[in-house]
Amino acid sequence: MKEELDRWEKTTLNRVLSKSPEREPSFKTTSHIELKRLYTPLEIAELDYCNELGFPGEPPFTRGVQPTMYRGRFWTMRQYAGFATPEETNKRYKYLLEHGQTGLSVAFDLPTQIGYDSDHLLSDGEVGKVGVAIDTLKDMEILFEGIPLDKVSTSMTINATAAILLTMYLAVAEKQGVKSEVLQGTIQNDILKEYAARGTYIYPPPESMRIVTDIFAFCKERAPRWNTISISGYHMREAGCTAVQEVAFTLADGIAYVEAAIRAGLDVDSFASRLAFFFCCHNTFIEEVAKFRAARRLWAKIMKERFKAKRDESCMLRFHTQTAGCSLTAQQPDNNVVRVAFQALAAVLGGTQSLHTNSRDEAYALPTEDSVRIALRTQQLIAYESGVADMIDPLGGSYAVEALTDEIEIKSREYIQKIEAMGGAVKAIESGYIQGEIGESAYQYQKEIEAKKRIIVGLNQFQIEEEPLRNILRIKPDAEKYQKEKLARVKKERDNTKVKETLTGLKRAAQGTENLVPPILEAVRVYATLGEISDTLREVFGEYRER
Amino acid sequence: MARKIRVLIAKPGLDGHDRGAKVIARALRDAGMEVIYTGIRQTPEQITNAAIQEGVDIVGLSSLSGAHNNLFPKVVQILKEKGAEDILVFGGGIIPIDDIPELKKAGIREIFQPGASTEDIIKYIKENVKTT
Repeated sequence: MKEELDRWEKTTLNRVLSKSPEREPSFKTTSHIELKRLYTPLEIAELDYCNELGFPGEPPFTRGVQPTMYRGRFWTMRQYAGFATPEETNKRYKYLLEHGQTGLSVAFDLPTQIGYDSDHLLSDGEVGKVGVAIDTLKDMEILFEGIPLDKVSTSMTINATAAILLTMYLAVAEKQGVKSEVLQGTIQNDILKEYAARGTYIYPPPESMRIVTDIFAFCKERAPRWNTISISGYHMREAGCTAVQEVAFTLADGIAYVEAAIRAGLDVDSFASRLAFFFCCHNTFIEEVAKFRAARRLWAKIMKERFKAKRDESCMLRFHTQTAGCSLTAQQPDNNVVRVAFQALAAVLGGTQSLHTNSRDEAYALPTEDSVRIALRTQQLIAYESGVADMIDPLGGSYAVEALTDEIEIKSREYIQKIEAMGGAVKAIESGYIQGEIGESAYQYQKEIEAKKRIIVGLNQFQIEEEPLRNILRIKPDAEKYQKEKLARVKKERDNTKVKETLTGLKRAAQGTENLVPPILEAVRVYATLGEISDTLREVFGEYRER
Repeated sequence: MARKIRVLIAKPGLDGHDRGAKVIARALRDAGMEVIYTGIRQTPEQITNAAIQEGVDIVGLSSLSGAHNNLFPKVVQILKEKGAEDILVFGGGIIPIDDIPELKKAGIREIFQPGASTEDIIKYIKENVKTT
């Protein structure tokens, strides 16, 4: 083989190269991995199939986490949605479910994510803008009105206030007569990446980590089918990091959570199977497919080798994917439909468990109903028409895909070792290292675009004169007023003595070491507001300030 | 010789998307300007205080959360109240085109939309800030 390859290079290839050179002197992925011209069986000659690839549903899960993958059931089609009031968002959810969506994904507005009520000074202008506003249990009841919580799975992008929204969800289920034991869904609850990239932190890292592990412990008993965290690379990738950095930073955060939970006295096999992950799928197709496979394999090894997990489920990296918001252009927005389709296909070929496809108009605003439908249809086209879902890991064994999977695993592992040498992810975030790495990659990417070393179709090449998109979703400005009025009504009608009692109880718990989730649930039940609960914890824990 | 242009890049409101703000801060620095970046979650009050204390020529506001119509005009208004209306204000982020006329009427000098290059922004600042 090697001799034949040499021969080909010296003869057939050289004849062409001597006359016409290739487009670039070298070809690199976004993670600076130098690509070979041609991958051959030589790349996988050393590959230990049984240990490095194995079989679907078995460690190291390189080929997928379920034995039948999409032959059994398609991935969950889960469009992230939420805007304005719970009343309006409830309508959008029903629309999406009617159109064949199979799971819900709640977007909350920024005040809800940062622990402010709609009437707080800092909520000015933000209420209902990037997601739905939730102030009390009342809003959550409206949000899920007419949606049976034992039938859908619900993912909630909520971090610093995750315990509050989770307990509100449990309380709504209770009112619907649904037991918490059967509830299925995910809370993001990944506070570390908030400090690194996304910005919706409230408390300092140690106190935040306590809330995270309290949730692990609570759900183990009360909501065993709930995914207690979605360890997210998505936002770091969106903030500019590369595919390798995305894997490395995400798994480094994962290690930090597992360590924190073990320190809090939990047995690794009691919670690890409820850890979920969340990745981005960007443009470079093959690198992205390889990234997902590499992440699965590396996590399985970390759980087995480092944390001595005994159950296979503890080693299983299950993940949600969203296509890359930062890849969308405001120019020629219909091109985004095609970008999203490529990215979604790579996520499916990478073995995702659930998927959100972005809409074509998201460089302008939250998507319109029409745009969301096209995005959902894109997933359905892949599922029902493309045929890629009919076999497991169809790109497995591709010389190039296997070579890149290896390379991404090796490079990510090196990065993780570097972070470990700094004292782990929490330290690396506190020192600003991870933020610095992300910022550097983002800046290089922008420079490449401006120097036209990286072509973005319609943006820096193939431009046209065009009218900007005008048919976009507008959030009615009265959403803020409406929320404030509803909040005032709830405050007037609730039993304020009980609210005070439960908040005092919560404060005591926060000052001590007991699990914070039960007292939060008590407060939520009597309609204490999200802001009141967050303020109670702020008084004890203090607030984190960016360096 | 002309002095260096001083710029404040600020993130008003609760929005944590700071990729653009950071990239622009760095590009302006590389273009020879003195740049102060406020970090995320700043109130209009905090931003104007920083602008005045740091003696900047121009303030760049970045918002991707849709709160620009509330927050951008407040920055201009508070600057005026504090007698610092000579500090120019421009903005960028996810800002629908139909919002731009109102923002300009409120005193935001320029709005850069998705796809704007750092070069456009550098050029705009150099043309609009007098340093002599």
